[in-house]
Amino acid sequence: MSPITDAERDLELTERMIAPDGVRIPNPQLDGYVRGIDFPTLRDLHRDMVVLRRIDAEGVALQRQGQLGLWAPCNGQEAAQIGTARALDPQDFVFPSYRETGLMYVRGAQPGDYVRMWRGEEGAAYDPAALRIAPLQIIIGAQTLHAVGYALGIRHEGADEVAVTYFGDGATSQGDVNEAMVFASSFRAPVVFVCQNNHWAISEPVGLQSPFPLAGRAPGFGIPSLRVDGNDVLACLAAMRWALEHARSGKGPAYLEAVTYRMGPHTTADDPKRYRDDAELEKWRRLDPIARLEAHLRAAGELPQDHLDAVQAQADETARDMRAACLGMVTRPALTVFDRVYAEPHSGLERERAEYAAYLSTFEEA
Amino acid sequence: MAQLTLGKALNAGLRQAMRDDDRVVLLGEDIGTLGGVFRITDGLLEEFGAQRVIDTPLAESGIIGTSVGLAFRGYRPVVEIQFDGFIYPAFDQIVSQVAKLHYRTQGSVKMPITIRVPWAGGIGAAEHHSESPEAYFVHTAGLRVVAVSDPQDAYRCLRQAIASDDPVLFFEPKRLYHHKGEVDLASPLADAPPLGLAKVVRRGADATVIAYGAMVRTALDAAEAAEDEGISLEVIDLRSLSPVDYETVNASVRRTGRVVVAHEASREAGVGAEIIAGITEFCFEYLESAPLRVTGHDIPYPPAKLEKFHLPDLDRILDAVDRVLDRPSSISGVKGAQL
Ligand SMILES: Cc1ncc(C[n+]2csc(CCOP(=O)(O)OP(=O)(O)O)c2C)c(N)n1
Repeated sequence: MSPITDAERDLELTERMIAPDGVRIPNPQLDGYVRGIDFPTLRDLHRDMVVLRRIDAEGVALQRQGQLGLWAPCNGQEAAQIGTARALDPQDFVFPSYRETGLMYVRGAQPGDYVRMWRGEEGAAYDPAALRIAPLQIIIGAQTLHAVGYALGIRHEGADEVAVTYFGDGATSQGDVNEAMVFASSFRAPVVFVCQNNHWAISEPVGLQSPFPLAGRAPGFGIPSLRVDGNDVLACLAAMRWALEHARSGKGPAYLEAVTYRMGPHTTADDPKRYRDDAELEKWRRLDPIARLEAHLRAAGELPQDHLDAVQAQADETARDMRAACLGMVTRPALTVFDRVYAEPHSGLERERAEYAAYLSTFEEA
Repeated sequence: MAQLTLGKALNAGLRQAMRDDDRVVLLGEDIGTLGGVFRITDGLLEEFGAQRVIDTPLAESGIIGTSVGLAFRGYRPVVEIQFDGFIYPAFDQIVSQVAKLHYRTQGSVKMPITIRVPWAGGIGAAEHHSESPEAYFVHTAGLRVVAVSDPQDAYRCLRQAIASDDPVLFFEPKRLYHHKGEVDLASPLADAPPLGLAKVVRRGADATVIAYGAMVRTALDAAEAAEDEGISLEVIDLRSLSPVDYETVNASVRRTGRVVVAHEASREAGVGAEIIAGITEFCFEYLESAPLRVTGHDIPYPPAKLEKFHLPDLDRILDAVDRVLDRPSSISGVKGAQL
């Protein structure tokens, strides 16, 4: 039995604003959402994507050099991540999966934040309150329910905020994601679901999760959805603005499927040569999100060399800082493994800590 | 003082906790208009409204997962899982999310979620309605596990669980929902014994019987019967299964030197095994005989007509008492524990 995977048709059905050759095409549904977007703003989006790609490459390099246990690359998904993340308001709270490096970047992550978890220094990479991003989630789909619960709180308070959750195409098969949509819809929760359909869940093609466009599922839950070209940063921004506006205005949840492609391996532990062919990769290479925006800017005479130079410098500097932060990390002392298991004292754990402390002290004395 | 059933005491505890703190919200199936299938949330919808007493869609992982999100936003969700056997669909959210978020975030995200579970057997229920899943949660770091056995305790422990910044699995013995007792609704929570403590519910000298939940009543009945035979049993209500209050347990064992642990859950890798391991470690030189477990069998919970053969009863506890006392069995006349 082989599943249906028709990436060609996938893209035909998506909302798009900039064609792969860089030509701006009208989109009656989304044009209204990008009226304020001028060339300097587009150049900012370009910078974001270039810097993100550099951060991602550095993550891969650090893993290859033995500095990180694992890294989940997002190469190819820059437009989907940057476009949607740049639409957020500062007060919105995000529940991501493990691949949303671009979101962390947009939210002002510190250099060490990108690697702390993958290096194995701490369970969460950053302070969730500081970035307004919940810890990276490894359990597929679990975070979507957290976003809905958070959104119930927002609604309870009548606050002007939206909860947002990111997940992959594979996650759409999980019970939690489907339960999240039921809860969101039934309670009209101000939550936006962002599915990055990068066509693969490790080795499983999207057709195995669904032979039907994923965005088509949401309306069945009573949730309006949009299917957007995930390699078109402008369309991603516009669509996310639509989704956020919908949720913020009290109309309940919205769902976005960004149709994109994971160019590299699933993680640094994966070998995509075993399951996908070069022709597919080549096809998507021609749809590269950064090249597309560059083509658009260049055609308009809006891609000056000094911008490119400045972006390159910023990317290099960010990668340098990230590497320095990674190499400079000091692993916490042994007994801290017992810290913060509980918020309040727990006699069993305290006994265990004391036992281990006594054991360790025999080495120190020796 | 009021005479209340355990069920009504829980209801009073929820009401008080909700009055004390408007971040306390309830979630569960049928908890609103119906007041829960056991009526533990009776009347709360009327008093606090549908924003705080939330009838959820029928999805256990969804209930716990959305509670995690509410906790992220500073709420204190109190969840009702309709029956013990339906907690399994929520298992991942409980053990991978609720239990771990505080640790993963080095304390910056708190999960003050109370998960109430109408629990265990003895009521002749249908399949999946009489399970004792407590060991799964005791085995999970980051969770507290509490089992109540009398109305006064139920009232106070529930409020303490809700006030705790840690997640608490709160097991309510269905069999005792109609069990009545004195409840002091007025005394301040600060005067109540802390959540993690065990309680000596009957003093005795010859052996210590450790139980929790509905089994505390059975152990007390056994102690009563043993007294007729001139045997003095100390009975401990464990109350907290994580952490276990070994101070109280050890003090008793050091006096009696003999131990029986009784619970409904099946035996293998159960709470009884854990407690006996602890006792062996801490009190080995005080033990006069090998501690024994009286538990449900290592079988799926049997059909209602057969549950009486599965659940520890007074006789099985007394039989174990005879064996730890090295007396001829008062039940079968067979001496000693042989394997
Ligand atoms: C519940 C669960 N099952 C399995 C895994 C192992 N796993 C990690 S990532 C992954 C594929 C996820 O694919 P998708 O949701 O499409 O997201 P992507 O990684 O492509 O962004 C799997 C199976 C997991 N982390 N969690």
